[in-house]
Amino acid sequence: MKLVTERREISSPLLRFLTPIGSIAVALFVAGFLLLASGVDPLAAYKDIIVESLGSMYGLSETLVKTTPLIFAGLGVSLAFRMQIWNIGAEGQIYIGAMAASGVALFSGIDNHWLMLLLMFTAAFIAGGSWAGVAGFLRARWQVNEVIVTLLMNYIAILFVDYLVYGPWKDPKGFNFPLTAQFTDSARLAEYFDTRLHSGFFLALFVALVLYLFMERTVWGYQIKVIGSNPKAAQYAGMKTGTTIFMVLFLSGAIAGVAGFSEVAGLQHRLQHGISPGYGYTAIIIAWLAKRSAIGVVIVSFLMGVLLVGGDSLQIYWQLPIALVYAFQGLILFFLLASDFFVQYRIKLVKGGKYA
Amino acid sequence: MADFLRIEHIRKTFPGVVALDDVSFSVASGEIHTLLGENGAGKSTLMNVLTGLYHPDRGEIRIDGEKISLTSPRDSLAYGIGMVHQHFMLVPAHSVFENILLALDNVPNLFNRKKYQTKVQNLIDEFGLELDLDMPVWKLSIGAQQWIELIKLLMRDCRLLILDEPTAVLTPQEADRLFAVLERLKNQGKSIIFISHKMREVMQISDRVTILKKGHSITSLKRDEFDENKLASLMIGDDKIPQWQKNLQMSDEIVLEIQQLSVRNDRGLADLDSFDLELKKGEILGIAGVAGNGQKALAEVLTGLKTASQGRIMAKGQDITSSDAKKSYIAGIAHIPEDRKSIGIAPDMSVDDNLIMKSFKNGAFSRWIFQDKKAIRRNANEKIEQFAIKSGPDGTPIRYLSGGNIQKVIIARELSEKPAVLVALYPTRGLDIGSAEYVHKVIADGADQGMGTILIAEDLDELLKLSDRIAVMFRGQLVGYVDPRNTTREEIGLMMSGEKQGGAV
Repeated sequence: MKLVTERREISSPLLRFLTPIGSIAVALFVAGFLLLASGVDPLAAYKDIIVESLGSMYGLSETLVKTTPLIFAGLGVSLAFRMQIWNIGAEGQIYIGAMAASGVALFSGIDNHWLMLLLMFTAAFIAGGSWAGVAGFLRARWQVNEVIVTLLMNYIAILFVDYLVYGPWKDPKGFNFPLTAQFTDSARLAEYFDTRLHSGFFLALFVALVLYLFMERTVWGYQIKVIGSNPKAAQYAGMKTGTTIFMVLFLSGAIAGVAGFSEVAGLQHRLQHGISPGYGYTAIIIAWLAKRSAIGVVIVSFLMGVLLVGGDSLQIYWQLPIALVYAFQGLILFFLLASDFFVQYRIKLVKGGKYA
Repeated sequence: MADFLRIEHIRKTFPGVVALDDVSFSVASGEIHTLLGENGAGKSTLMNVLTGLYHPDRGEIRIDGEKISLTSPRDSLAYGIGMVHQHFMLVPAHSVFENILLALDNVPNLFNRKKYQTKVQNLIDEFGLELDLDMPVWKLSIGAQQWIELIKLLMRDCRLLILDEPTAVLTPQEADRLFAVLERLKNQGKSIIFISHKMREVMQISDRVTILKKGHSITSLKRDEFDENKLASLMIGDDKIPQWQKNLQMSDEIVLEIQQLSVRNDRGLADLDSFDLELKKGEILGIAGVAGNGQKALAEVLTGLKTASQGRIMAKGQDITSSDAKKSYIAGIAHIPEDRKSIGIAPDMSVDDNLIMKSFKNGAFSRWIFQDKKAIRRNANEKIEQFAIKSGPDGTPIRYLSGGNIQKVIIARELSEKPAVLVALYPTRGLDIGSAEYVHKVIADGADQGMGTILIAEDLDELLKLSDRIAVMFRGQLVGYVDPRNTTREEIGLMMSGEKQGGAV
């Protein structure tokens, strides 16, 4: 007797829907033992996660605040994934986007609210795009691996922003903290319901919609999908794969850059050290779990937002160490990724066999 | 004669598909048993069951009368079942000897090289093969690589050899040598399962033929119970194999002329060497030659994937080798690629999307920056009906289609813009008789409407049947033209091996 795996030719929609839900349940079950070992009642803790992240206007708004940059960065990464291009550099692109937007906010001296926001948006878009565009150019021109380039450029971006906030851009009245002066009102996005929820969230939903239409309805989206599915066939059909690789990485970085704009203009109102606690890396997982679809990115980003806010509440109310919170989040992701295997393969028990 | 392998009432299903249903057959020791069937008839599934890759839902496999269960390819090998796959499993950078050694179990870490080498060499000598054990595999011809695969199985003392379309890549002479070796193996008492689409070969070497159709084993016939027509009719369920009327009123207008064309490959060697060719309007020009003698380079230069280092390409009397006209002219050449799955299609996308891959920018399929989904759907419906494509539910990724249906999609796409020239590389490779006939018909219909076709194929019967003229290539050069109405397979075979020059037709 032994177990063998067999590839499913076609997996049913029901299975694809139920498997992730089942895997979250398994993750919660396993994580329950961790919580028990720390002397916490798992059910009570889970209830708190839900209540704190979704149960009140404040909780929900905080969840959406965390969801916002994840949607932007997730969309950027997933766009490149569609073409089998791996943009690991969303984190750096967020920093560069935030830096460009802050530069405009701090030094342009514009009073008009809309003009200011438009300029900040554009600066973040172009800066993030160019940052990723470097990798796109190298990949298209000389086949340089974009994973390495985008990843390593993260460090340059993060450290350069640190240089600015510790050095030339530091707020003289900031008691030597690594942050710039606060933005004027004209450089701030609208906030709602007396919470920190800002219009960046709606911008993110809008970008998701535009990207969905772009991929599914336009001639360019079609080309990107063909190149992603089979670059050789695309070339043979006369498509310019090199140019498209550059354009897609540019756009991917640009959208991640807008996450930086949304963070500084909507939430923090200044540039500072550590403006993204790893949103760009979480975005890679989001894009993967979302199976590269724009709508999927929105849903998964929201789930991640729940985990982030709920995780905070575990720390605050149950005095759990941050490591346990990370372990908890890791378990859920692990089981979600592993569940993919069961969607694509079936496991069978067979009898006999010499090498059983 | 006792049956070595016997399978009874095998059933294997995949979600929504019954791949094998109640299939039974047997192979005796010292027998060559041919499996015949269209694509999708279940041959590959059955072989995967025999080599332990798939597990049947029902049914029995018996070896020497004893019921066995196969759970992995290692199991199969342990029972003495070995297979030569269509795509060889060799390490190109390693030597012949190293590749053979790799296939053996129980080679100690410190092994006596000489002992193994003698053993392999004895096998090579026994069958009169020409193989240099120290030669790296990438330097060998396809035919020689196939010998290695065979020797690997013989070194393991396999008692049943499965050969999946072994002659698809061989010259007629190489194929004849293979058959001679198979005869000897048979006389030594080995069992052989032979898979082929080529009737002539099946007739030549089979002791028994089993016909598979839609997952059922229809019947098994002994040597004196079958002939070509009977097998073909059992296989496609139609008594007539149509013969095409050759296009005798071919025009003299030359649509494409290649003069002294040379193309170099990545290693700097000449794939095409001062090659000449003339294609007339409405002509089907067959290109015969052993694989690897420049056919691929010819197709690639004509479709713009490669550039010529020397020579001229003339279209309707104009030199287009290095003018802007080249791009647009070449863009108008339809191309049926050799390797359908690797360059012909975007596998994850639907049939609809694949059908517009060359014309997606046309006004017919787009409005401003948006795609016209309705027009794309309409186009797909037309093509699916016109070419009888079995495409599955709407939106099914094309990779789930069978090889024949994928080929139909490619052909439908390539011919949709009424091209003046079609370059077809091995258009029926791996297709069943029904699909192959259909492809032939489409090409012949195109010729009637004035399309010039360069048909590169490996099956001489196919070239002889379809071509108005046949040009023979050897080492990147044109050996000569022959008239398919008054030539022989032997004459073409000799020209393909460079031993005989042809005349002008």
